[in-house]
Amino acid sequence: MTASNQMGGINRLPAPRGLLIDRSKQITFTFEGHSFTGYAGDTVASALAANDAWMISRSFKYHRPRGVLTMIGQDANTLVQIGDEPNCLADKRAIEPDMAIEGQNYIGTLEADRGRMVELVKKFLPVGFYYKTFHEKRDSWRFWEPIVRAMAGLGKIDLKADFHHSYYDKKYLFADVAVIGGGPAGLAAALQAAETGAEVILVEESPQLGGSLNYARFDETGDGGSRTSGELASRVRLQPNITVMTNAICSGWFADNWLPVIQGNRFHKLRVKAVVLATGSIEQPAVFRNNDLPGIMMGSAAQRLIHLYGVRPGKRAVILTANRDGYGQALDLLEAGIEVAAVIDLRPTPPQDTMTKAVQRAGIEIRTGHAIAEAMHIGQKKHVSGVSVAPIIGEGELGKAVAEYACDTVLMSVGYSPAGQLLHHAGTKFGYDTRSHMFKPEAVPAHVFAAGSVNNTFDLSAVLADGRYAGWAAAKDAGFERGSELAPPVERGAEEQTHPWPIFPHAKGMEFVDFDEDLKIEDLINGIHDGYDSVELLKRYSTVGMGPSQGKHSAVAAVRIVSRETGMDLRNMSVTTQRPPYTPEKFGHLAGRIFDPERRTAMHHRHLELGAQMMPAGLWWRPGYYGAKADRDQIIRDEVNNVRNNVGLIDVSTLGGLDVRGPDAAEFLNRMYTFTYTKLQVGRSRYLLMTDQTGVITDDGVACRFHDEHFYVTATTSGVDGVYRQMLQWNAQWRLDVDVANVTAAYAGVNIAGPKSREVLARVCHDIDLSPEGFPYLGVRMGTVAGIPARLMRVGFVGELGYEIHVPASYGEALWDALMAAGGLNGIRPFGVEAQRVLRLEKGHIIVSQDTDGLTNAYEADMPWAVAKSKPFHVGGRSAEIQLKNGLTRKLVGFTLKNADDPCPEECHLVLKGSAIVGRVTSAVHSPSLKKVVGLAYVHPDDAQPGSTFDIKVHGGRIIQGTVVPIPFFDPENKRQEM
Amino acid sequence: MLPAFVPSGLFRYGFSKKYPARRHFPAPKDLKSTYDVVIIGGGGHALACAYYLSRYHGITNVCVLEKGYLAGGNTARNTAIVRSNYLTPEGVAFYDKSVQLYQELSQETDYNILYSERGHFTLAHTDAAMRTSRWRAEVNKQLGVNSELIYPEDIAKLCPSLNLSDKVRYPILGALYHPPGSIARHDAVAWGYARGAAEAGVEIHQQTAVTGVIVENGVVKGVQTTRGTVYANKVMQATAGSSSLVAKMAGFRLPIRTIPLQACVSVPVKPFLDQIIVSGSLHVYVSQSSRGELVMGGSTDPYSLYSTRSTLDFKEGLLGHMLELLPMLGELKVLRQWAGMADMTPDFSPIMGKTPVENYYIDSGWGTWGFKATPVCGLTMAHTIATGEPHDLIKPFNLERFVNFAQVGEKGAASVGH
Repeated sequence: MTASNQMGGINRLPAPRGLLIDRSKQITFTFEGHSFTGYAGDTVASALAANDAWMISRSFKYHRPRGVLTMIGQDANTLVQIGDEPNCLADKRAIEPDMAIEGQNYIGTLEADRGRMVELVKKFLPVGFYYKTFHEKRDSWRFWEPIVRAMAGLGKIDLKADFHHSYYDKKYLFADVAVIGGGPAGLAAALQAAETGAEVILVEESPQLGGSLNYARFDETGDGGSRTSGELASRVRLQPNITVMTNAICSGWFADNWLPVIQGNRFHKLRVKAVVLATGSIEQPAVFRNNDLPGIMMGSAAQRLIHLYGVRPGKRAVILTANRDGYGQALDLLEAGIEVAAVIDLRPTPPQDTMTKAVQRAGIEIRTGHAIAEAMHIGQKKHVSGVSVAPIIGEGELGKAVAEYACDTVLMSVGYSPAGQLLHHAGTKFGYDTRSHMFKPEAVPAHVFAAGSVNNTFDLSAVLADGRYAGWAAAKDAGFERGSELAPPVERGAEEQTHPWPIFPHAKGMEFVDFDEDLKIEDLINGIHDGYDSVELLKRYSTVGMGPSQGKHSAVAAVRIVSRETGMDLRNMSVTTQRPPYTPEKFGHLAGRIFDPERRTAMHHRHLELGAQMMPAGLWWRPGYYGAKADRDQIIRDEVNNVRNNVGLIDVSTLGGLDVRGPDAAEFLNRMYTFTYTKLQVGRSRYLLMTDQTGVITDDGVACRFHDEHFYVTATTSGVDGVYRQMLQWNAQWRLDVDVANVTAAYAGVNIAGPKSREVLARVCHDIDLSPEGFPYLGVRMGTVAGIPARLMRVGFVGELGYEIHVPASYGEALWDALMAAGGLNGIRPFGVEAQRVLRLEKGHIIVSQDTDGLTNAYEADMPWAVAKSKPFHVGGRSAEIQLKNGLTRKLVGFTLKNADDPCPEECHLVLKGSAIVGRVTSAVHSPSLKKVVGLAYVHPDDAQPGSTFDIKVHGGRIIQGTVVPIPFFDPENKRQEM
Repeated sequence: MLPAFVPSGLFRYGFSKKYPARRHFPAPKDLKSTYDVVIIGGGGHALACAYYLSRYHGITNVCVLEKGYLAGGNTARNTAIVRSNYLTPEGVAFYDKSVQLYQELSQETDYNILYSERGHFTLAHTDAAMRTSRWRAEVNKQLGVNSELIYPEDIAKLCPSLNLSDKVRYPILGALYHPPGSIARHDAVAWGYARGAAEAGVEIHQQTAVTGVIVENGVVKGVQTTRGTVYANKVMQATAGSSSLVAKMAGFRLPIRTIPLQACVSVPVKPFLDQIIVSGSLHVYVSQSSRGELVMGGSTDPYSLYSTRSTLDFKEGLLGHMLELLPMLGELKVLRQWAGMADMTPDFSPIMGKTPVENYYIDSGWGTWGFKATPVCGLTMAHTIATGEPHDLIKPFNLERFVNFAQVGEKGAASVGH
């Protein structure tokens, strides 16, 4: 490697070449520890090339040296590690001061990679070799897997890196028409769409608009492209309804023209009415022996180096071509002072035009009907040193080599393939065109338009006409009709661009079809002969097209090889489906700032101030208990005791709330829930149990009748959204005269519970008769608490005198403060979800989804009391009846431990009968109030009678005995809650 | 006897002058008019069934009909995880048999499926998930399957890359740890079975779509295809993703909803993640393949659809959660995304065995759990077809269970959110 600080590198060409670089700003960076200097605007690869450093990476399987291939990020040859970012495209990434860049996939150093020894045993590593060996004995793979696995992958992940060192965000964009690609077709399309009246966003992945106009040669003088580019680009800039995004990649097409566009650290999501895909084409390599050596590149890559970066691709070049562009490249090289040893044209009789004649005039040797048979190399394949050339004597068949040329650069310009990835994502069908020898879009979906070389159009004036037509059609599709109707071009100039068979096997092999995966012609042929004889199967078996460039250079060659080996007609074949993204997308871009919605109750900050340990409950946060984690168990006991003996306050805002209103409200609840509600008095509440059509319990709550035609229905925190959906769905069929509103977020709620709760509430509630007679157990009232309009309910979940108070959410904190203040004298303290779980378990109340599962019916849960027998129908009723008749297989019971010294079982410890699993413990706790273990468990129906015992398998596999006892465990006569 | 580490399978490639091609599946040929057994579908399950029929039941006059290319449906689209840490005793017994078959499959079919034990972690971020994890662990242990509920201290030791901070939206409270959890090369599983079946005489016809099922007096007689009518004594369908459509041709309905399930892979990087990580709450599952790619999936799409189109929302949600679990991956890149179609059943268990049509058998309802069951499905369906009676392991998965209220509830053991 040569490091030079002079004039941005020894290969740098003088201005005006170097459209993208700023020669006034030098930038120094390191590659593999060596210091290099380039110019602002250089990519890593162009800066290295300017300094005559051509080897950038090592290949995946054989660890062969690889260098510049496309200069536009379409290949995997230039993948490097930059800091903690693996697999960066060196030919796309701009250099920055002090950037530290490393090669990838080598053992030792990039220069002397010991991994290259793999090539020596290549005969032993045929296509799919890992399927064919390493399983000779059962332990073989155990031995080999770590070795094979260590060879996998390219770049490295830094396990200590933190994602937050980079900032990523997202933005939504809208337009009438998006044009993807800022080359000639895209520029023409954007202008025409704008002139037709549409608001247009033009997306270009390079720093400059113009695409091929900026580097390709369209005529013998070489200035046609830049003239057209400048003219179109300035018209675009002047057009007020075109927004231009450069350095921006549209990485995919999703349903209804939903387009991700990545620019810098921002991930845009663009929605448009119509999209023009003017994504261009991908130059295809020729397949010959050692076609992967550094120094061998696409013709367009050399032109990009020269014109965009002012970098000389070499000193002496051989051009392998099958089209006019190869001759343009010869002229470009000559003008840049690079010797052209020969132009090798695959075509026996190429058409003559001004450009070919100009090459002849320059005295360059032109060999037609010939191909490169082999590329020679120096320094362990680190650079091309020459080529041998042979006549083509049949399709893919060469005669004896007739000449050798020394050279340090080989340009391949033998054809193109549409960059049709986004069209593929949109569902476009491609067919093989036998005239142009390319796949071309045949049926493009609605609201999607293709233009330019992706649309099989190559002649510059045809490309511009195609762009104008697509722009007009897209604008029309989006509802704009200004100006007159346009027609697509008739002649597209797609012939004589792409050679039908630029694939030349060599007796010694190493003709690479897929550079990413190191696949040679014989690998594909052998795969076909192994039986994988369709394009799809061959891809999966050989991994052709599965590497980082996703088949951009290998897919068409693979189809050709399959076609020839199997005799299938190319016209009936296609490349495998292209899936998003077009170019790899960073996790950081996709994640953005990571929006994960969370819900907080109105009292959230009060809980934090009180030291609550918050726990997630669906999207909500709820206080688990109040105090330090270290004191968890003691705190929970204290909170429980304070409710039992004094008064406690819990935030129940997360409970679902549904207002059910209308003449049929009671009938509606009768159908939705197991109980009956038609006779429920106004001012009273009743338990609710919901089942699905199979009779499985799905939710519970309380129905509060505030008016003949108004029920306030509560639901569980996690269940309310489902309950609401079910209600709407069923009533869409029943059409009862009832309205349902999910008012969960509209109300904040607390439960003030404990023997002193009435005393505390009386201090802040003056318009409701709180006496046991005036507001009895299960009563509901409307009134005010601390001046706040409130819905009050006497409920018994924790088994003490208590009031649930629901107020408009904005008053939640005020309500909390008022009750805490009012209860100060009585030693009120908040209690959390954990204490509530203990309290309810002491009363034997179930928690749906903890004490029930996806198959529990009301009879298994031992809740026949909650099922009304008198009404004709409720959802799931019939199913549950059938299951009851068929005989239950398990039953939920209350239990305590036979031996009081045994440990408290944990939730989901199994209940066994012999060795058979018959149930499980669903809830268990050492009750602070009863000083013993109480719990709920599913047991065999034969063991469900009080006094029966059953086996529980606890931690460590020990079996202990539970004894069935009646519930409630605490206050069996329910006197406390009815005070 | 050569020691285990000698890769003798490669000798004939290395030492022969010409590539010794071994055609794994026969070239296309004409369909016969009659077979003993016709299998609709050419994916892993179908090919495994054909393999066991031909190799263990002596039934070789078998025809596999695939409308696309071999194993190109959900066999090609899944994320290749194998495990048996299920919730119900029926499920655990069934999937555990599958794991046992997988462990020997490379030797059984002489095709290296790259079966790799990685250890499977189902992360729990809520109390409810902790309870379900303990439930699964207890059921597993009782039935002899290696599973344990572990806590953050143990997770930190076993899987140090994971972010165990409590300063995230959903802190990790624990995990169900299942050491036998594995990954395998999904295509190789199908190809190994296909080659074994083909060598035993089974005919495999690709690009041959079944367009109708011939039923007379409640008995199946054969199928119509795009290449003509084929008669058969017995017919099986194994067409995950379009099970209800094929069953409809046979004249009966299935309680299945078909929902797209998306997945993606990263660009290849050097191995750094040896474990299989699953989080139901965060809708993430991830492992690193033998190619170095991270293979990732999330929850099913929120609607029914017979389509494998890719969605952007999926990737955004998935990668957001990925970075919560593995924050160092911000600069890693997604290489490719795709989708499969998941045939979801009400109880998250498959529907297998006999059908209302006599001699017509079904292997369906494979939701998001089909790949891991491939060998055991082949084994049990072959038994069922050969004997006419369902194999003991699949009796609980009969179609009538939805009428008899005998569902096998596995929702709690599903990897992905639904």
